[in-house]
Amino acid sequence: MRPEQGTMQSRAMAMAALLELLTDQPVIICNGFPSREAYKIADRPTHFYMIGSMGSASAIGLGVALAKPKKQVVIFDGDGNVLMGMGTLATVGALKPKNFIHVVFDNEVYGSTGNQPTISNVVPLEKVAKAAGYVNVERVREREDLVYEFKDMLKKDGPSMLLVKVNEMVEDVGRVMLDPPDITKRFMNAIK
Amino acid sequence: MIESDAFVQALQDIGVDFFTGVPDSILGGIIAELMERRLYTPAVREDEAVAMAAGAYMSGKVPAVLMQNSGLGTSLNALISLNVIYCQPCLLIVSWRGYQGKDAPEHLVMGEVLPQFLDTMKIPHRTLSEKTASDDLKWLAETIMKQRIPVALLITKGVVRGLHP
Repeated sequence: MRPEQGTMQSRAMAMAALLELLTDQPVIICNGFPSREAYKIADRPTHFYMIGSMGSASAIGLGVALAKPKKQVVIFDGDGNVLMGMGTLATVGALKPKNFIHVVFDNEVYGSTGNQPTISNVVPLEKVAKAAGYVNVERVREREDLVYEFKDMLKKDGPSMLLVKVNEMVEDVGRVMLDPPDITKRFMNAIK
Repeated sequence: MIESDAFVQALQDIGVDFFTGVPDSILGGIIAELMERRLYTPAVREDEAVAMAAGAYMSGKVPAVLMQNSGLGTSLNALISLNVIYCQPCLLIVSWRGYQGKDAPEHLVMGEVLPQFLDTMKIPHRTLSEKTASDDLKWLAETIMKQRIPVALLITKGVVRGLHP
């Protein structure tokens, strides 16, 4: 059964719960529906919405985390994205940026292209991250565990990965209505 | 031949302050110098390096990515779907393997088409030479900041001192 049996929470619900706990932290959001949902739930200038370059969210976040060591950097990623840029788990694990929180919304499908299955149903990405050298990793399914673990990660030194099992449901969302160069400028000013 | 430390210093002098990439033998001396100055963050793939550089740029750094020309193939999507679309400059320091057809077989095709490949991607480029070095770097600094896109500096064998001269 896909996704993981018993997963009731949608990505948008999980994302909304996390965004409530964030204020002015830089957030890098991967391409596809995650960016579109985050834009609809709570658009903030500290959000960097990706529209392409799949697989790169964690590497962009790593660049921000290294250049801004005093800011806690959050990445909203997906299972397909992590699988595509899996080498970056190793780079993060080796460099060990303390200010790096990697949230992976794992719905086991490529949701933006028609729900073709990924392989995250049989590859536990949080275990890969742990083996690569992430300091804290957690896998959660329920909303209350999600909130508890995320709050905990905000207090701890990373790098941390919070893998959230979510269902395939997608919000009724439009595209991100910002021009990419404006996303760059706005994000740069917001995290100065 | 340009010494590695002079080359790195010249890059720092034009403001470059974040270096990442994937090694090549031609770039060995430059990377060793960057590591000695604690300026280099190693990446595992060239597209990862390009994305890291983008994050660093948005955090106020002037980034450079070092790579072999084969790595341009690996980073093509990041360069176009991230840097070009989002107007994010990046200095690409690319070793030109397969230059004039003299190299191992895996380098010959990319070596032959490298300038046309960059032209097709609309990435401005120059090939470094000892005579024109200060001009080349001045051009790089002006072009990345004016156009806000990736710009490539190509380095052929023997122009900057490597690890094994």
